[in-house]
Amino acid sequence: MLLREVGYARPGSLGEALEMLTANDGARALAGGQTLINVMKARAGSPDALIDLSRIDELKGIDLDGDGTLRIGAMTTYTEIAESSEARARPILGDVCAQIADVQVRNRGTIGGNICTNDPTNHLPPLLVALDAQMTIYGEDGERRVSATDFFLGVYMTAVGQGELLTTITIPAGRGDGFAAVTLGVEGTCIVSAAASVDGSVRIALGCVDAVPVLLQPASADTDAVRAAVRDANLQPPSDVHASSEYRTHLAEVLAVRAVDQASEKKRS
Amino acid sequence: MEAGTIPAARSISVTINETTYEREVEARKLLIHFIRDDLDLTGSHIGCDTGNCGACSVIVDGTLVKSCMMLAVQADGSTIETVEGLADGDELSKLQQAFSSHHALQCGYCTPGMLMSATALLRSNPTPSEDEIKKGLQGNICRCTGYWNIFEAVKEASGQ
Repeated sequence: MLLREVGYARPGSLGEALEMLTANDGARALAGGQTLINVMKARAGSPDALIDLSRIDELKGIDLDGDGTLRIGAMTTYTEIAESSEARARPILGDVCAQIADVQVRNRGTIGGNICTNDPTNHLPPLLVALDAQMTIYGEDGERRVSATDFFLGVYMTAVGQGELLTTITIPAGRGDGFAAVTLGVEGTCIVSAAASVDGSVRIALGCVDAVPVLLQPASADTDAVRAAVRDANLQPPSDVHASSEYRTHLAEVLAVRAVDQASEKKRS
Repeated sequence: MEAGTIPAARSISVTINETTYEREVEARKLLIHFIRDDLDLTGSHIGCDTGNCGACSVIVDGTLVKSCMMLAVQADGSTIETVEGLADGDELSKLQQAFSSHHALQCGYCTPGMLMSATALLRSNPTPSEDEIKKGLQGNICRCTGYWNIFEAVKEASGQ
């Protein structure tokens, strides 16, 4: 398919990339391109220029701190996370990355691209909300940190503004995590997803039921408490060809329980 | 380069199946079109053009990708393997031979992509289980065979 004419640059440093994004209103950051290139084919988005982030070393790699905190560069691919021994410190990350789409997409798609796109059907926004991750955003005025809960603002909208870039995702230590989803085909697009963490307080984040992940914090990991928390959220998910609003509401409750049970099991093991 | 001027074309150099090509390409050109139209390597197919079918799969710097989901300019400096590079002259690779003997293709449209995905799989996992074969080929759609003969062919090529 022929895309609309577009400029292309592949800067070698974060500073250079920011300079280009700031100087060109119509420029957009290109991460792995596994969403953006399709968006451009469909003309759902037509950036004037693409700033390819693939040669910026500061955006790559996975570091594990002594206290178990993981720092993942925004341009790290799903495959790199799934295969990383450091990322096994929080096993759910690799487990979920290994079930996104297919081999080819996992080889190019990045954690930063996934969350900056903030498509409500993406796997990682609810997961990172459940894990209480912190996002580092870099701009002209320097760095700022935003919690995952405040990062997702709306469909395709995040706290990363024009002239800014997400650089690092910081994830605290933990192991009592779960993820459950009903998807279109095996490992396909999520119809509803639920991520849970039971290290310390219980955190559940539901995907595909609202513009942004819905965070629930029931008092305990008991099934009744989890079900009640989902019901009390008064979800009003959208209906589409794949599921009605009522069915999504039903799935949210079922999947929240599954994710929490999985998390409790992992915590015990 | 000035930050304010971002060119819509650039000169790139890629090595495909051990031949190096240098071409001026528009940034909007997908890698698959560059490979097929500019270089006349028409073995890689365009099935869906939406990143779903995998017929355009090629190996870029050792990594399996869908070449309709990548711009040609992004491949600048890369080493690419396409289906044309699998055989040694007239001699089919073990995997290609196994596809032939197991009738792992009917219309053959998906085959270039299937072969590249299976090649990448067998490199990273020389003796995959059936589930691992299925997962390795998940990004490739075949509308003829029902997949079974493809799995059998990959299994045989792995010496199992």
